[in-house]
Amino acid sequence: MQVTMTVNGAEVTRDVEPRLLLVHFVRDHLGLTGTHWGCDTSNCGACVLWMDGEPVKSCTVLAAMAAGRSVRTVEDLARDGELDPVQQGFMQCHGLQCGFCTPGMLMTARHLLDRDPDPSEATIREAISGQLCRCTGYQNIVAAVRWAAEHPHGAAEVDDEAVTQSAPAAPGEGRSETEVSA
Amino acid sequence: MTTAETDAARADAEAGATAPRSAAGNPIGFGRMLRKEDARFLRGRGRYLDDIQLPGMLHGAILRSPFAHARIAAIDTSAAEAHPKVTAVITGATLESLGLAWMPTLSDDVQAVLATDKVRFQGQEVAFVVAEDRYAARDALELIEVDYEPLEPVVDARRALDPDAPVIRSDVEGKADNHVFDWESGDPARCDEVFAAADVVVRQDMTYPRSHPAPLETCGSVAHMDPVTGKLTAWITSQAPHAHRTVYALVAGLPEHKIQVISPDIGGGFGNKVPIYPGYVLAVVGSIVTGAPVKWVEDRSENLMSTGFARDYHMRGEIAATRDGRILGLRVDVVADHGAFNASANPSKYPAGFFNIFTGSYDLQAAHCKVTGVYTNKAPGGVAYACSFRITEAVYLVERMVDLLADELGTDPAELRMRNLLRPEQFPYRTQTGWEYDSGDYPRALRLALDMAGYDELRAEQAERRARGELMGIGLSFFTEGVGAGPRKHMDILGLGMADGCELRVHPTGKAVVRLSVQTQGQGHETTFAQIVASQLGIPPEDIEVVHGDTDQTPFGLGTYGSRSTPVSGAAAAVVARRVRDKARLVAAAALECSPDDLEWEHGRWHVRGDPSQGRTIQEIALLAHSSLELPEGVEGHLDASAVYNPPNLTYPFGAYVCVVDVDPGTGRVAVRRFVAVDDCGPRINPMIVEGQIHGGLADGVGMALMQAIAFDEDGNCLGGSFMDYLLPTAMECPPWELGETVTPSPHHPIGAKGIGESATVGSPAAVVNAVIDALEPFGVRHADMPLTPAQVWLAMQGRPARTDIAVW
Repeated sequence: MQVTMTVNGAEVTRDVEPRLLLVHFVRDHLGLTGTHWGCDTSNCGACVLWMDGEPVKSCTVLAAMAAGRSVRTVEDLARDGELDPVQQGFMQCHGLQCGFCTPGMLMTARHLLDRDPDPSEATIREAISGQLCRCTGYQNIVAAVRWAAEHPHGAAEVDDEAVTQSAPAAPGEGRSETEVSA
Repeated sequence: MTTAETDAARADAEAGATAPRSAAGNPIGFGRMLRKEDARFLRGRGRYLDDIQLPGMLHGAILRSPFAHARIAAIDTSAAEAHPKVTAVITGATLESLGLAWMPTLSDDVQAVLATDKVRFQGQEVAFVVAEDRYAARDALELIEVDYEPLEPVVDARRALDPDAPVIRSDVEGKADNHVFDWESGDPARCDEVFAAADVVVRQDMTYPRSHPAPLETCGSVAHMDPVTGKLTAWITSQAPHAHRTVYALVAGLPEHKIQVISPDIGGGFGNKVPIYPGYVLAVVGSIVTGAPVKWVEDRSENLMSTGFARDYHMRGEIAATRDGRILGLRVDVVADHGAFNASANPSKYPAGFFNIFTGSYDLQAAHCKVTGVYTNKAPGGVAYACSFRITEAVYLVERMVDLLADELGTDPAELRMRNLLRPEQFPYRTQTGWEYDSGDYPRALRLALDMAGYDELRAEQAERRARGELMGIGLSFFTEGVGAGPRKHMDILGLGMADGCELRVHPTGKAVVRLSVQTQGQGHETTFAQIVASQLGIPPEDIEVVHGDTDQTPFGLGTYGSRSTPVSGAAAAVVARRVRDKARLVAAAALECSPDDLEWEHGRWHVRGDPSQGRTIQEIALLAHSSLELPEGVEGHLDASAVYNPPNLTYPFGAYVCVVDVDPGTGRVAVRRFVAVDDCGPRINPMIVEGQIHGGLADGVGMALMQAIAFDEDGNCLGGSFMDYLLPTAMECPPWELGETVTPSPHHPIGAKGIGESATVGSPAAVVNAVIDALEPFGVRHADMPLTPAQVWLAMQGRPARTDIAVW
């Protein structure tokens, strides 16, 4: 069957099998491999992208169901070479390690901030609770979203002090005792 | 270690606070630095295995056994072969004719690539379909008819050696039982004496249930055997590309120089991506058979049901002490469930991994362990999931036993630990089982953790809450890991010594490329290793390209697991950078027309001692080394070096953890309220990355203690085959982590670093379990096995905690 949809602002039309999942459509048919696949059961959220402005798990959506709709993927977050503040926040706060869950986390975070520009940590945790990260223990993801909330226009307005203060991973913030007499 | 080297380690440790900054703002040395690799990951431009598309590429899928143990009577593939999009169907019989039906495991056993005689675990590989697309390949699996004759399975590890147990490994000639190995360590006679004389002996059976690392990206491979050049290029989700290449050469008889293994960006490893899986081999066979590149990517259920699991240790611990709380001895008897094939990835002389580090962080008079490995009708594996070669199990055992002893003695568990921890002056310390701990100040780490947690206040709060009927628990653990395997004299995998190569080249303009034998699965090597080189050479880290993960581009080494990257490969990077620095000195001396002995190194520059204005920067030297400058005899020009680092010993990171939980008395639900983690991994090259590693490991600990287990029913059906059943922690289960640090450099490591990748995964489960058991004290609960799910906690409150490794209906 033929499907037509808008993906990252551009209209695309492809012949697909009716059973084709949206995640495979964007990855295999459009080459947008930033959206990942991580489980069979809609638990992990590595495949989160936006459909008509709402985050969806694209492993649970058929490409045919996206016909006539607007899809946005992680590749569309950066504009004119400038990273979205949530992308900057993930970098500043070390909110990613292997990077596999990151695109899904970014898409959910951007959506959250669009609705709630100043979310609490608890709100952020709830927003990403349908997504798994196996590397970060989530704390720096939460911090990254908070960073983006505090810097809605990104790093342009950031001075070094602000970066240090809002990044929980900064050395010196925890407790440290140094012994160098090995 | 010489004084000069000690001084160097000290200087490196101090450099963390004082490293100069590059024009780009990065530390030229140790310190917080944003990660280089983030740029591509944030934009969706990572290149993971499944992102690879090659012209004409076909897709493979594996048919798997629905039975845990069954004879294969017949396989009919005709309908699958007739599928219009199917290119090839491969069975065990096909492979048998090629001599490829069995492959060696990393533990010197063999494993079926595709089952021939019978299937030995649910999810075992039975047939492989190659088709034009991934959906068609899966469709064709449905068309294969397999006639199974079910056999009685062996599910309970503790009964695998019963005389009447079915024999799983009928493929091994003369095999009449399910025994894999016996392994002992320590002095049993001395233990008997110490235990006989002890005031108090506490015993406890405990199971560390089967778990799975479940990286978010599953395992997969793209194999391309070029029929013209005869070169095999295999992209593999591998933590050990060089080891994989050598094994392929040995197994398939392919010439090693015609094999290129590439580990692309990897979506998490945690040990899951060390072994060689049948799917990897099948992708290669598929490419040979079809003449086209073949991609195989497993789904989540395949990942959980068939690839390297972790733990499954069934332990009986005994601890001996004096009445006043001096721990004297520890012994443990283990039944280790290795599944249907012994495929665990550990150094070959250590069949139980480093489990015999189970004496932990304490000064004991005697210790002994005996580990019996058994086959069961479950997936193979055992050493995976950030376990530092079974130290996870060891730490869990000793830290539970210490808590049980504290309970028996009526002593505070923090006080009991403080009384028995090794003292700083005892290092280097040789344990009762032969490990030589390199350095540490354990009491200081524990004091810091207790102080950060506000331990006394927590105990006071607990007393108040208990009086109100609330269940609050405080749990401690103290761990010592031995990581950085390892000295090649003692440690090898399939005969390959565990040394790591490294190559460094400084280009004429002073930019550099460093080639590693290890590669990252998220640990940030592209940043950290640039910082290591920067710390030794003074070249800004943004000017240093880190190349890794491609056997054609990098020197040989055994890979990234067991927290070995920084201890081994990081040492190699420091050594190779020092060699370049030494060579730069000769070039600078030639340029300055002085003796090399008259030169002094300041960060990034050689200058004349006593006249700092006379000097050359490393960048100037790089150009001079490639110029027409006349160099002294024996100096060849250019600025590069290589090294192979053979570690003299393991490094021994350690830490003290405090966990606070609240248990709902009505439902048994556990909420982790706080988690304080003090880690000592020596100097921190990039503190931001180190803390990220710890965060992830702490989440693992919460998951294992409270949620994760791969259990089986009595028929051998896997009960953890999807993320619906195998529960992993989300942001809701994880508290904000509270980190602290002490810094005790390793005296034998070039930059003093000890490794951090697995510390928190190793150390944290015991703290969580100890906290939950502590919370349940009003119910008289001594022990309950992980995972402490609401159901298990509720059963424990009723005085009847359940086995968690097998379902008891």
